[in-house]
Amino acid sequence: MVSAMPENSELRRRAWEAAAGVVDPEIPVLTIADLGVLREVAIKHDGGVEVTITPTYSGCPAMNMIALEIELALAREGFAGAKVRTVLSPAWTTDWMSEEGRRKLRDYGIAPPHPSASRRGLFGIEQVTCPQCGSADTELLAEFGSTSCKALWRCKSCREPFDYFKCH
Amino acid sequence: MAVASIEIRETPLVLYTLRRADDALVLGHRLSEWCGHAPMLEEDMALANMGLDLLGQARELYAYAAAVEGKGNDEDKFAYLRDVRQYRNLLLVEQPNGDFARTMARQFFYSAFADLFWRAMTKSNDETLAAIAARSEKESAYHVRHSSEWMIRLGDGSEESHARAQTAIDDLWSFTGEMFETDDSERGLVDAGIAVDPAGLRANWLKTVTDVVGEATLKLLTSGWMQRGGRSGRHSEHLGHLLSELQSMQRTFPGATW
Repeated sequence: MVSAMPENSELRRRAWEAAAGVVDPEIPVLTIADLGVLREVAIKHDGGVEVTITPTYSGCPAMNMIALEIELALAREGFAGAKVRTVLSPAWTTDWMSEEGRRKLRDYGIAPPHPSASRRGLFGIEQVTCPQCGSADTELLAEFGSTSCKALWRCKSCREPFDYFKCH
Repeated sequence: MAVASIEIRETPLVLYTLRRADDALVLGHRLSEWCGHAPMLEEDMALANMGLDLLGQARELYAYAAAVEGKGNDEDKFAYLRDVRQYRNLLLVEQPNGDFARTMARQFFYSAFADLFWRAMTKSNDETLAAIAARSEKESAYHVRHSSEWMIRLGDGSEESHARAQTAIDDLWSFTGEMFETDDSERGLVDAGIAVDPAGLRANWLKTVTDVVGEATLKLLTSGWMQRGGRSGRHSEHLGHLLSELQSMQRTFPGATW
């Protein structure tokens, strides 16, 4: 963004790191940077910080909490009165989740979304790997799970149920 | 009611956006009525999840309508402080839940339409509507798949589930025509590449519906008189009851927050 001027670059980096450390309240191993929710951090001409985020699922109740957490995280770093702006375009997709984010999700016991959330990705792929034992022998239990973004699956090898982060 | 309804400056784009927002809010509210009552836990969560998607879509659309209108209204005022005649949703989505088959048939008819509608809307010249559509079309795709599977399971299930599913699609059929109608206020937006002409979606919708209903061993009425009125604020009696529940808190305790 235009306001990211050279003399502000160190400030901007600090502000970005503070915002980027905010985690998803429902999946606390993922930061908003991992999710691809954090789009931009800018230092404005009056010295204020403006953070741009993009919502995930339309009805995701975590978004309000995330905006509040960003303001608090920035305030802790000395950026008082930071503004959080929500932009709809371009629309968020699970393709924006980082590789690091996918690995963290798997370690946490949630199968990460398939890359390429095209319509084929939404409906073509029905093969989800168990995040517990790595088996591909799994089955869908319920398409709508504990949060908007997850479906409930079960591994037929280790018999453990697990969440799958749906493509979006 | 203790608080007066708001006034709205209904430009074509405000009206167009409110109509879609009202569809999503009213259907989302209907689904929320199932919370704690669905036939099984997984379905309780599915209905609530779909309701939440719709509520989220409604919020984005209301926020956009408020921004376009520029009169100090906001998403809460649109939802809580409009009377029944100011609502512009399809008659289909306000129909009562009835039994589970009726809820699923209503969801199926609407989602099969919404899926096509939002996909077409991603190409809108209006950047905000296109962005809302980009998310909504993926959510609608999940909804149409879920409700299709239930239509097949119910129709091709027991004698009783078949009979209930057949009654549901027969009773709701006359509410489906309104989805494909356009009025003068929308025509200019269609010409400008902002709105979708729903008439162009009907053939694909009918194909999806015919395929699923056929697989469900059910029969589809393919003609007949169609109900209309929701888009111009003439509703069935059901919407007033729904709103009296949805709005009771804000009408009684204006501006209440928690």
